[in-house]
Amino acid sequence: MLITIASGKGGTGKTTVAVNLALTLKELLPVVLLDCDVEEPNVHLFLQPVVNESEKVMTTVPKIDGNKCDGCGKCSEFCAFNAIAIVKGKPITFPELCHSCRGCTLVCPTGAITETPRQIGLVEKGTWSVIKTAKGTLKIGSPLAPMVVDAVRNTAPLHHGDQAVIIDASPGTSCAVVAAAKDTDFCLLVTEPTPFGLNDLTLAVELAKKLGLPHGVVINRAGLGDHSVYDYCHEADIPILMEIPFDTKYAACYARGGRLVEEFPDLSDRFLKLWDVIQHHAKRHQREEPKT
Amino acid sequence: MKEFLVISGKGGTGKTSITAGFAALAGDIVLADCDVDAANLHMLLEPVTYHTEEFIGSRKATIDPTHCSNCRLCQESCRFNAITSTEIACTVNPLSCEGCGVCSFVCPKGAITMHDHVSGHWFLSDTRYGPLVHARLGIAEENSGKLVAKVREQAQRIAQEKDVEYILVDGPPGTGCPVISSISGVDLALIVTEPTIAGLHDLERVRQLAGHFDVPVMVCINKYDLDEAYTRKIELYCQKQQIELAGRIPFDRNVVSALVRGIPAVAYAAPSTSENSAAKAIGDVWQAVRNRLLA
Ligand code: SF4
Ligand code: SF4
Repeated sequence: MLITIASGKGGTGKTTVAVNLALTLKELLPVVLLDCDVEEPNVHLFLQPVVNESEKVMTTVPKIDGNKCDGCGKCSEFCAFNAIAIVKGKPITFPELCHSCRGCTLVCPTGAITETPRQIGLVEKGTWSVIKTAKGTLKIGSPLAPMVVDAVRNTAPLHHGDQAVIIDASPGTSCAVVAAAKDTDFCLLVTEPTPFGLNDLTLAVELAKKLGLPHGVVINRAGLGDHSVYDYCHEADIPILMEIPFDTKYAACYARGGRLVEEFPDLSDRFLKLWDVIQHHAKRHQREEPKT
Repeated sequence: MKEFLVISGKGGTGKTSITAGFAALAGDIVLADCDVDAANLHMLLEPVTYHTEEFIGSRKATIDPTHCSNCRLCQESCRFNAITSTEIACTVNPLSCEGCGVCSFVCPKGAITMHDHVSGHWFLSDTRYGPLVHARLGIAEENSGKLVAKVREQAQRIAQEKDVEYILVDGPPGTGCPVISSISGVDLALIVTEPTIAGLHDLERVRQLAGHFDVPVMVCINKYDLDEAYTRKIELYCQKQQIELAGRIPFDRNVVSALVRGIPAVAYAAPSTSENSAAKAIGDVWQAVRNRLLA
């Protein structure tokens, strides 16, 4: 079972849910926890895994041979991402804008362009207790978050069968979230009961629908704010799978990087139940819309 | 004209509530919501929108099946695995297509065309605190950086036309392309953080990014009293890095109550406004920021 933890808005407790679900399940089945929030990976703050393998995520950017280049400007014209500009008859490249499509190399009539490697991120595989972990970190300033997300996902075994593979996605609904959520079995949307939470939840629901993923909601900091999120879920027929009440004790635990289910064992029952209902919904979805 | 950005690294630090507070206090300003993935600022400002425009953020490839000979050259050339081949012809998955145009270039049959793709909208509105430029990127779209640039460009145009002194920018979370697009060239960035291990971690990342673009920063610690030991840790970090602190804001349920009513916390007259209210603290932070902007 492959599940994504997402949220339209940051700071709703996505990582908290991912980490505590992993901790709850670790005695029951093999658990893999993937940190795909590559702009702000935070899982390691709560579980400090022993890293036993790290791999650079590489891409390629153009290198222009000034002797062969005759300044025709075809590369700059072709580039859809403005990563090459012609200044005083000579091309200059902006590697941080390049999407590595290789178009410029293909169009250059004099063969002046070759591809050279460039690092855009890092993937670190590790273990914490019996939990297998992988974390992706995007190099600050790189636009290619989805590629790093893919690299993290590729560390998980293809046939997950009886394992729980839990993915902590980036907040929002951008291409990086798509990369984290696509082709998973269930999408868990974490929100908080405020107007901001509601606004962002509706966007996250749209995303899950667009990707055809069965989804459900976790309401964090329940008790703070208003009823609008509940009303919306009710009307839109989206199941609320779990609530975590607002409690300064929980907030303090989180602040220190503590693990909720260890400090408050009564919460692990909630997470166990959460896992059961996720499986129930995912299986029902599979029966109704079998994957092609 | 000065551009001032409020940013947070980590989401959920209360950045937008604070920005809305500044908007209410500042007077003569133009507002720009650059959190185009999940814009929230407008929810506290009751905007009246007078202009909406489509945002063409990218292109997408389409393959004409009647011209496709199914040679699969496009599939081999696409670096984004956006092309699948069926028995009859190749097709493009628009969710994966980045619009680079390589497939169209290599197709020997000329079967692939590139067309403009509407990936969002941007809006011009009026609020009781000044003009607001905001936007909404479509679900699962990319190129949020370009849309952010559009929002800033419009805000600058309005500020120039109306001869307004400040542009107040609400930035997106993270350190990715929309953040880069929001931060480059601003006069000052206020990083809003919270006293948690994740708050400090993300503060470090976003500060590095600001450093990368030579943008001066200040830090403000929101909900500081949820963990005062951690607040001190962050303050120490700032001292070491020589980052000026703009202030601390206490955890205050009135911020949520104001949010539920759709107004900035500073405009919400709470029944029992205590000395230690977030509204007052937001005012102090704004003073500190303003002094720095004027300096
Ligand atoms: S590889 Fe593609 S994105 Fe990069 S510079 Fe060349 S044309 Fe532009
Ligand atoms: S335009 Fe580029 S990304 Fe899109 S299908 Fe063609 S080669 Fe792939």
